[in-house]
Amino acid sequence: MAGKERTIPGPPTNPETQVFWDAAKQGKLLIKRCTACGELHHYPRAICPFCGSDRTEWTEASGRGTVYSYSVFRRAPIPYAIAYVTLAEGPTMMTNIVDCDLDAIRIGQAVRVNFKPTEDGPPVPMFSPA
Amino acid sequence: MSIKSKAYIAGVFEHPTRKADSQSLAQLHAESARGALEDAGLTRADVDGYFCAGDAPGLGGLSMADYMGLKLRHIDTTETGGSSYVIHVGHAAEAIAAGKCNVALITLAGRPRAEGMATGTAPRNYGAAAPDVAFEYPFGPTVVNQYAMAAMRHMHQYGTTSAQLAWIKVAASQHAQHNPHALLREVVTVEEVVNSPIIADPLHRLDCCVITDGGGAIVVTKPEIARSLKRPLVPVLGASEAVKHQMGGKIDLTYTGAVWSGPAAFAEAGLKPADVKYVSIYDSFTITVLITLEDLGFAPKGQGGKLVADGNLIAGVGRLPFNTDGGGLCNNHPANRGGLTKVVEAVRQLRGEAHPKVQVKNCDVALAHGTGGSLATRHGSATLIMGRE
Repeated sequence: MAGKERTIPGPPTNPETQVFWDAAKQGKLLIKRCTACGELHHYPRAICPFCGSDRTEWTEASGRGTVYSYSVFRRAPIPYAIAYVTLAEGPTMMTNIVDCDLDAIRIGQAVRVNFKPTEDGPPVPMFSPA
Repeated sequence: MSIKSKAYIAGVFEHPTRKADSQSLAQLHAESARGALEDAGLTRADVDGYFCAGDAPGLGGLSMADYMGLKLRHIDTTETGGSSYVIHVGHAAEAIAAGKCNVALITLAGRPRAEGMATGTAPRNYGAAAPDVAFEYPFGPTVVNQYAMAAMRHMHQYGTTSAQLAWIKVAASQHAQHNPHALLREVVTVEEVVNSPIIADPLHRLDCCVITDGGGAIVVTKPEIARSLKRPLVPVLGASEAVKHQMGGKIDLTYTGAVWSGPAAFAEAGLKPADVKYVSIYDSFTITVLITLEDLGFAPKGQGGKLVADGNLIAGVGRLPFNTDGGGLCNNHPANRGGLTKVVEAVRQLRGEAHPKVQVKNCDVALAHGTGGSLATRHGSATLIMGRE
């Protein structure tokens, strides 16, 4: 937990996803909902990957989820945990589990979003034990 | 339209180098092409179809056709990572069946060792325009930790163990001891695998494939040409491909695209898993083999651990001999893309030209399967079933 922190490269932004990153700066996690078919998806797209409609809109997620899978990358200079977290709203997203004992992470564990600053871009949604 | 027996694999070649300090990338492609054409008994002038993927330099197929001086009427540069070349064989068979070419050449080459590439342990970034990159790259996805997440979930859901995964490496090492070109020829034990350092939980160093330079090539021809040559006849019986991705966030890491490509290839061939005498399964990591074998129908979902354990994948010992050249885990993983060499060893088995210590008796049906990209995000799956006449 203490000591050196891993440097997080900033996410490249583009017009399609700018709203997501603007919200991230305010600590809000957005996901996309399709008003045509009702499905939520991640990563966010203008065009729904389930039905092809362009009637997608941003919605704020609760920030709560559970660990679907994870792996602690021991070989890295500063070990870190990559994970897939399934949001309470449904979609599963790639992330890191941070600010915790890496050896105590478990599949099914409840986690909450924890935005972390990046080197050269907006903060990114990581998760910590709830 | 079925491609069954409408095209034959007439030539194969695996480049013997494992570290190409003194060759260029284009040269490795061309040397591999020469080897496969010589194996078939054909020449460069016979080639009218050419297939390559993202490892080819410059403008890919254009640059390599230029380098090799090919006169082409068909070109296909389908790119699905390491599975590309298995797909290429199927596409070559389709093109031949449709009369678009008569002699198809497929090449692969790469120099990740000579170039000092951190193949599995550095996050890969395919460029800012990749729609996924902003939502993945900041989290440090490497090849190893992505496959590790698939392994972690499989263990959680089905009780698969590290010792079961280790048996896959053990079998590969048993085979590699007989291959003079293999990078790693030392036989290892389950204990040695599970006691090797963890790279990314739960994958150990010995769960990971080797990093090698080299290449390979395959020549596919129409039946009349194959019959005019002096090599054993290896017909393409069935081929299928599939793409699995994140499905908008409905992620399930317990299966691969082989659940689609496998049944389709078997249906085209009119065969079932029990008919297969030998399998070449893409082995980027031990977990790749286990999940793929389940998906192809060699074991029920979740039971792959039992299938691969206790030497069941070892030629002459178990009931499903696999990767008898030592595979990517021990022999060769040229260009970080193992699909082509999977086809090469399957053809050796069908011809009866595998090493005598690992040759499968009466090997009349073989399967080669490629997985390219990442199990945890997006990958191309390709299943190829071949026979012997």
